[in-house]
Amino acid sequence: MFQIRIHGRGGQGVVTAAEMLSISAFLEGKDAQAFPSFGSERMGAPVVAFCRISNKEIRSREPILNPNAVIVQDKTVIESAHAFDGIVDDGFVLINSPSDVETKLNNIQVKCIGATEIALEQVGRPIPNAVLLGSFAALTGVVKIDSVIKAINTKFSGVIAEKNVRAAQVAYERTLGER
Amino acid sequence: MFYQLEGSQAVAKAIALCRPEVVCAYPITPQTHIVEGVGELVRSGQLENCQYLNVESEMAAISVAIGSEAAGVRSYTATSSQGLLYMMEAVYNASGLELPIVMTLGNRAIGSPLNIWNDHADAMSARDAGWLMLFAENNQEAVDLHIQAFKIAETMRLPVMVCMDGFILTHAYEKIDLPDQKEVDEFLPAYKPEFSLDPKKPCAIGAMVSPSDFMEVRYMAHRRQLEACTVIEKIGTEFNAKFERNTGGLLRTYHTEDAETIIVAMGSVLGTIKDTVDELNQTKDNKEFGVLSLVSYRPFPDKQIREALKNAKRVIVVEKAFALGRGGILSREIELALKGLDIEIITVIAGLGGRVITKTMLAEIFQQPKDNMIFLGLREDIVRQKYRTILDQRGA
Repeated sequence: MFQIRIHGRGGQGVVTAAEMLSISAFLEGKDAQAFPSFGSERMGAPVVAFCRISNKEIRSREPILNPNAVIVQDKTVIESAHAFDGIVDDGFVLINSPSDVETKLNNIQVKCIGATEIALEQVGRPIPNAVLLGSFAALTGVVKIDSVIKAINTKFSGVIAEKNVRAAQVAYERTLGER
Repeated sequence: MFYQLEGSQAVAKAIALCRPEVVCAYPITPQTHIVEGVGELVRSGQLENCQYLNVESEMAAISVAIGSEAAGVRSYTATSSQGLLYMMEAVYNASGLELPIVMTLGNRAIGSPLNIWNDHADAMSARDAGWLMLFAENNQEAVDLHIQAFKIAETMRLPVMVCMDGFILTHAYEKIDLPDQKEVDEFLPAYKPEFSLDPKKPCAIGAMVSPSDFMEVRYMAHRRQLEACTVIEKIGTEFNAKFERNTGGLLRTYHTEDAETIIVAMGSVLGTIKDTVDELNQTKDNKEFGVLSLVSYRPFPDKQIREALKNAKRVIVVEKAFALGRGGILSREIELALKGLDIEIITVIAGLGGRVITKTMLAEIFQQPKDNMIFLGLREDIVRQKYRTILDQRGA
């Protein structure tokens, strides 16, 4: 079982990111479960979403307490949301930030990428979720970039889908290059 | 065919497969995405011959369903929490008038205090209303139970409420096997009501019943509820034969043979409970813990529950609602079903108003319940402190 916790703020597509991640894994024949932290969703309020990926049936409904990967869509929530709590050894942290972020994490692969900048450049809107999923595919290899692209296309259509796919690809290539 | 879908969207598609001709809803909070999904399927033409009605309140939603069902039309609605309470007068009417409406209840807490999250307080408020009530453990079950619900309802001429945990199921994306339309049509043929209101043959329903007959009418309604046990089982078996999924019936057992302790629960917490029990059993040679998933809460299958639990030494009932000033609701009913047997019964009130339930919390109380009435994760320090303040104010 591979467990991912996504932190961000309302309006950044945090819940959609978890959903798209689960669709990517489903498209690869795996079982996947995605669910939000059930806050009363408001723009700007801290939001958490979860995704489990497994080769077996997923039954547990508890929130993810020991993630294999944490995706941070907004670094200003890291402290207040305890974003890195419980992360397992050899886990991954992916942070939306154009510059490095001090995490004090040992045995964890930390990757920072300016996802909002890429989103603005490619999509024209500061929604970093698809960008981060592209980067996540390159960083962890848990899902393939092709599956992420297909998942983006199931959630979005037309020009928005096209632009988000391109943004995810840019992030994927950049992360692979810097790995 | 398999899809990765949100619970609400999966149920919307399942409802469309059942070809209701009237779907009515008050589409504002408290509500799920289900009716929104059905609305889109009607508008896009994927659900044909269906009138979708946005109404002004939950009271109107259930009333429209009553009217259309009385006119002999397969009808569906959905609600949650306070919405069900607002419907309640007509909820009783629907069962009293023997109208096979199917309604989804996306289970949520009841205020005050205002809380939009999951528990089973809403469902418990309808436990004596004469509806059949089925609880889904996961979204596949939610889909399958709705398809079975229409058949059960129309066979029994009784309304069926399919309960699925709000947010935990309604908002979760999972892999769902959606049956083909052809197969659903074969399983659930077009609705042929035994009776319906028809202007060409005028008659009245819902006439006043005097004290000399009322008791008999209610007794017969009670008898029909009990008969529904057989029908729910039979339709669950039929569904399993056709779709190869044992997702219906009255209850399901998991490692209960030889288990000393059996956990009883309803709804989505069963998944977390089963994982917890597997981890606990792994450390022992024998399977010490088993699980009973209760699917049918109404009718309450006393006989089948007694049979499944009779060899246990301890039964732990995990329930997401309770009667203030009294305690567990489900556990009292389990106690009645086990009357006369030497089995210790522990009540665990858990997950109220969306409080998180973790495997660690469950494992601890499954192994060593400290009391026969436990509020899981209750912050006792805060309660004590608050209570102290109240006593001080009273000058005690």
